[in-house]
Amino acid sequence: MEIFLQQVLSGLATGAIYASLALALVMIYQTTELINFAQGEMAMFSTYIAWALINAGMPYWAAFFLTIGISFVGGMAIERIIIRPVEKAPVLALVIVFIGLLVIFNSLAGWLWTYTIKEFPSPFPVGSPGGNTYIGFHQLGMIGVTLLVLLFLYLFFRFAPLGLALRAVAQNPVSSRLVGVRVGWMLALGWGLAAAVGAVAGMMVAPRLFLDPNMMGGVLLYAFAAALLGGTTSPLGAVIGGFTLGVLENLAGTYIPFIGTELKLAFALGIIILVLLVRPQGLLGKKIVARV
Amino acid sequence: MAVDTIEEKLATRHAQSQLEAKLAFYKRIGLIGLIIFAVALPFLVSDFRTFQFTRVLYISIAVLGLNILSGYNGQFSLGHGAFIALGAYVAAIMMDRWGVPYYLTIIPAGLIGFIFGFLIGLPARRLEGLYLALATFGLALATPQILKKFEIITMGVQGIVVDKPEVPFGLPISQDQWLYFFTLMILLVLFWAARNLLRARTGRAFVAIRDHHMAAESMGVNAGFYKPLAFAIGGAYAGVAGALATITIQFVAPDSFGVFLSITLLVGSVIGGIASIGGAIFGGIAIVFIPNVAEEISKAAPWAIYGVILILFMYAMPSGIMGFINMLWRGYVKRLLTRT
Repeated sequence: MEIFLQQVLSGLATGAIYASLALALVMIYQTTELINFAQGEMAMFSTYIAWALINAGMPYWAAFFLTIGISFVGGMAIERIIIRPVEKAPVLALVIVFIGLLVIFNSLAGWLWTYTIKEFPSPFPVGSPGGNTYIGFHQLGMIGVTLLVLLFLYLFFRFAPLGLALRAVAQNPVSSRLVGVRVGWMLALGWGLAAAVGAVAGMMVAPRLFLDPNMMGGVLLYAFAAALLGGTTSPLGAVIGGFTLGVLENLAGTYIPFIGTELKLAFALGIIILVLLVRPQGLLGKKIVARV
Repeated sequence: MAVDTIEEKLATRHAQSQLEAKLAFYKRIGLIGLIIFAVALPFLVSDFRTFQFTRVLYISIAVLGLNILSGYNGQFSLGHGAFIALGAYVAAIMMDRWGVPYYLTIIPAGLIGFIFGFLIGLPARRLEGLYLALATFGLALATPQILKKFEIITMGVQGIVVDKPEVPFGLPISQDQWLYFFTLMILLVLFWAARNLLRARTGRAFVAIRDHHMAAESMGVNAGFYKPLAFAIGGAYAGVAGALATITIQFVAPDSFGVFLSITLLVGSVIGGIASIGGAIFGGIAIVFIPNVAEEISKAAPWAIYGVILILFMYAMPSGIMGFINMLWRGYVKRLLTRT
């Protein structure tokens, strides 16, 4: 029982990682219907920026928010400068552009900050509440931050005029343009938000996974799986998907000896395929109905 | 050009068909020229370059498989490297454990790729576009781990080393040159087969499903069979490519079949022109040589340059090299037609 509880709780903590990156994926998917393969590397790059700022002597929270700001602007810049010209190209050309971005960020990070693994500070105190052995302050903080981001996104999309405009663009760009929404800028805004959410994810993950240019490789697949599980159109679904996946992965790793730690990625793959087969729209996603 | 009478119409049509025959003749001459060039190539360059060109050849085979699957049948795969891994391990195990000569491993590798492809293609029937790309991306990520897990069969991270094939019949060429010719021979057969397959009933069914799934079904095309078949053929080509890779490199290990391999395959496929047969060759060349070019530009961050090249390429030729060539060709034909 104790092992079970421990695994569930640490699964929730890992799930928070997946959930936050899945949120970033959903952001871009919602505005552009594209899945950004470079999302993980963008988050990794943001984390390196935070690391550099902290190393330069900046206090943690100042660096935290400055990084979010930089990532937001950077994400918008990427949309404006790199994605814009290929907006109308075939989907595959776009996928290749994403892959290009992926290798660029990965390589740039390795070049600027070398491939040696770095430690990244956690803003939360060391140890665990009441000295329990189940879950530490950092894990709790991580879950809290993920939920906060989700709450922020929910309020933003539900009540802020800008958020409403963003949703309108996603649903019907032409009509949005007719009522005066600047579609191009909204897409850029979606990218900016995704980059910012990704930056938060990266900074939360880094204390656990340690910082290196390849840290997001596996996480990205889980984030994909989480986004699919919850439904690619629903931020709440993405978060639920992330937590579910984290717990499932831990339990499977503990109780099914064949899976162990080596086949964890294969396990995520299995989940993706299962979800796609049984419920393609995900737990909370909207069913896509196409007109023929 | 106002055409009024039937005679005039017939005359234009006649001129057109004559022109078409002439153009087809030029194309054939060009193709034969290319093959002669390919045969002469290993005598013009060093052994190391020959080895690189052998890599171009077998990677082109894998890219062609991906083209059939993604370009002609519209099923995106980011996990095609898994089939290469499969073929590579089939060949390595046959040669290393059972002492099978290298040339007998090609067909089993292709066959197993075919079967495995068909099996993967069955659940893939329900996945569209990006979702399929995602699921296959997962397959690519999981491949090295699965290979490491089944250590008893694959020897784990240690990998398997096989012998370099000897030159047969006492031919006066080096081993690298022989490997090149061996691969070239298989490539020609497979490209010829792909061309015929895609022009025939199967290929037209693939394209019909890609262009309009529902319309194709209502015309009696059995998508439930043809979609996994496309996967199977793609898998078979990649399996053969994998076996050739083992024979060429003489070494297999799980980490050479990671996500990156699958991604480069897709990159090559798109750069070459995804819905084309000839584009696969450009894809192979791009996959083998762009990293070299990138390294020459910047030693410090070659992959950043690689990424930049990819993005610029997509700006310049969103439908790939073959798409670009076809565009030029069509423009040329149009000009000839208006002249007559």
